Amino acid sequence: MEGMAIRLQNLRKTFGRTEAVAGVELEIADGEFFSMLGPSGSGKTTVLRMIAGFEAPTSGTVELAGSDVTRLAPFERDVHTVFQDYALFPHMTVEQNVAYGLKVRKVPKPERLKQAREALASVRLADFGTRRPSQLSGGQRQRVALARALVGRPKVLLLDEPLGALDLKLREQMQVELKAIQREVGITFVFVTHDQEEALTMSDRIAVFNQGRVEQVGTPAQIYERPATPFVAGFVGTSNLLTDDAAEQVVGDRATYSIRPEKIRVLKESALADEPRHSRATGTVAEVVYLGDATRFLVDLDAGGRLTALQQNLETSSEDVAAFRGSRVTLQWHQRHNFRVPGTR
Amino acid sequence: MNLSRPARITVRIAAALGFAVIYVPLLLVLINSLNPDRSSGWPPPGLTFDWWVDAWHSSGARGALWTSLKAGLGATAIALVLGTLVAFACQRYKFFGREAISFVVVLPIALPGIVTGVALNTAFRTVLEPLGVGLGLFTVIVGHATFCIVVVFNNVIARLRRMPGSYEEAAMDLGAHTFRTFVDVTFPLVRSALVAGGLLAFALSFDEIVVTTFTAGPGVQTLPVWIFSNMARPQQAPVVNVVAAVLVLLSVIPIYLAQRLSSDTASGSRI
Repeated sequence: MEGMAIRLQNLRKTFGRTEAVAGVELEIADGEFFSMLGPSGSGKTTVLRMIAGFEAPTSGTVELAGSDVTRLAPFERDVHTVFQDYALFPHMTVEQNVAYGLKVRKVPKPERLKQAREALASVRLADFGTRRPSQLSGGQRQRVALARALVGRPKVLLLDEPLGALDLKLREQMQVELKAIQREVGITFVFVTHDQEEALTMSDRIAVFNQGRVEQVGTPAQIYERPATPFVAGFVGTSNLLTDDAAEQVVGDRATYSIRPEKIRVLKESALADEPRHSRATGTVAEVVYLGDATRFLVDLDAGGRLTALQQNLETSSEDVAAFRGSRVTLQWHQRHNFRVPGTR
Repeated sequence: MNLSRPARITVRIAAALGFAVIYVPLLLVLINSLNPDRSSGWPPPGLTFDWWVDAWHSSGARGALWTSLKAGLGATAIALVLGTLVAFACQRYKFFGREAISFVVVLPIALPGIVTGVALNTAFRTVLEPLGVGLGLFTVIVGHATFCIVVVFNNVIARLRRMPGSYEEAAMDLGAHTFRTFVDVTFPLVRSALVAGGLLAFALSFDEIVVTTFTAGPGVQTLPVWIFSNMARPQQAPVVNVVAAVLVLLSVIPIYLAQRLSSDTASGSRI
């Protein structure tokens, strides 16, 4: 298929009796920033390792740029990996690490040194070439690993939770940088993460994994606004579901509905039902969490169940917010935010 | 840990006594090798290097030293190859009987030398002799290798356990085929463990006497065996002292190097 960087067909992998990957079908386009999102043990890393060639599939095929590479060794595939633990060679300098892939491919020494230095400069580590990996900080090692994987200009770059070991500030900074680098080089990125926010902010498309299967593939907005299964609704964003009786009373339909917390407004209980086409539910505030820029209300509904509502702190302060605990409120949101989760009654 | 003053003094005395028991006799050997009194009378009436000159010219001692070196190098070479292979197999692959194999590999170091000696002696005579291979240097080397493998195996497997498999995956990912990965990444990372294991193996072989006695044919005499058989001869006693002193000094080197290598890499090779 034209324009397809990666194509996985009915991919399966069993370890002993456990089925780590249970029939995955995916197509990833050229130049795409594609994330595989899921909890640990959902099979996303195993799929990545099968694309890289570190694991052989039990059945199914892996195609790279239209040709079947299922039986090829890692060194026969035009794919490079950024490892979760970076896997920088401890006995080589930073520059030797970055140049290693070129050396193996017999690029002449002056040329590979030039390219390695350029790659290091592009991750802002130009002066660190003669150091050992053990002399670098976590964020610097991460960037060396990125430079090492990018220097050979592979068709596809695989990233296995590359930001997992970094602290929050650095991680947010690296998210922006990674995305910028990807746009600049135009290489297909396949990014494995369990962090939904990371996946939502960086990706062109996301595949949500659960128990060895892909639950949904879509753009971040599709995944967030229109989850295809109850699992996706619960895993991406705050789990905010109305079920059974509560759904019947509030929405008027006995099924499972997902309402995103930021769509819900918290009003005084006495507020009039003056807005058309809105769903309303009364309840008692069980918990108030002050988040600085916003406040999270956990409301026990009279109809049963609990909803979370997120309000910008436009006028309220932390003192005002605490007073809400235990008070009676009305929750109101536009009916178009009632999203019926498919696959439920 | 904070100790009371009397406790601290007691512990220090005990430690000093412990080291004295080990090292004073060695010191005595060194002094006696310079003692002009042929029967090692005490205190030494003077100082002489005659025995060192005698030892240098003693063809028996030199021949035995040469035999010991050959036996030690041979056993170490076998142990390095086999011990490394077994360590890789046990650490990198899962297979039926893996635990049993690693147990069976380590066991020979705990077996009494006399048992290994008798068993090997019987086996060599019943299996090898009909094939025309008599007891000799070759059988000594094989005998030593049985327990030298253990130290190499232990060193290499400890290194492999600490080394994440992702290094090798990264090399292959960057285009290095299996052998290239071994040369560029795996070998450099286990090299110091191999050197440490090899030095220990050589030291083990070099001072072995029991297994050697049972596996060496007539005319093959390693240095420890030569010392043992010459100790009782009053004529040779001073020369034996010299040889023993030389051996003490020689053993210091590999042990010191092995210790430095294993501690260096414990801190240096991790990232």
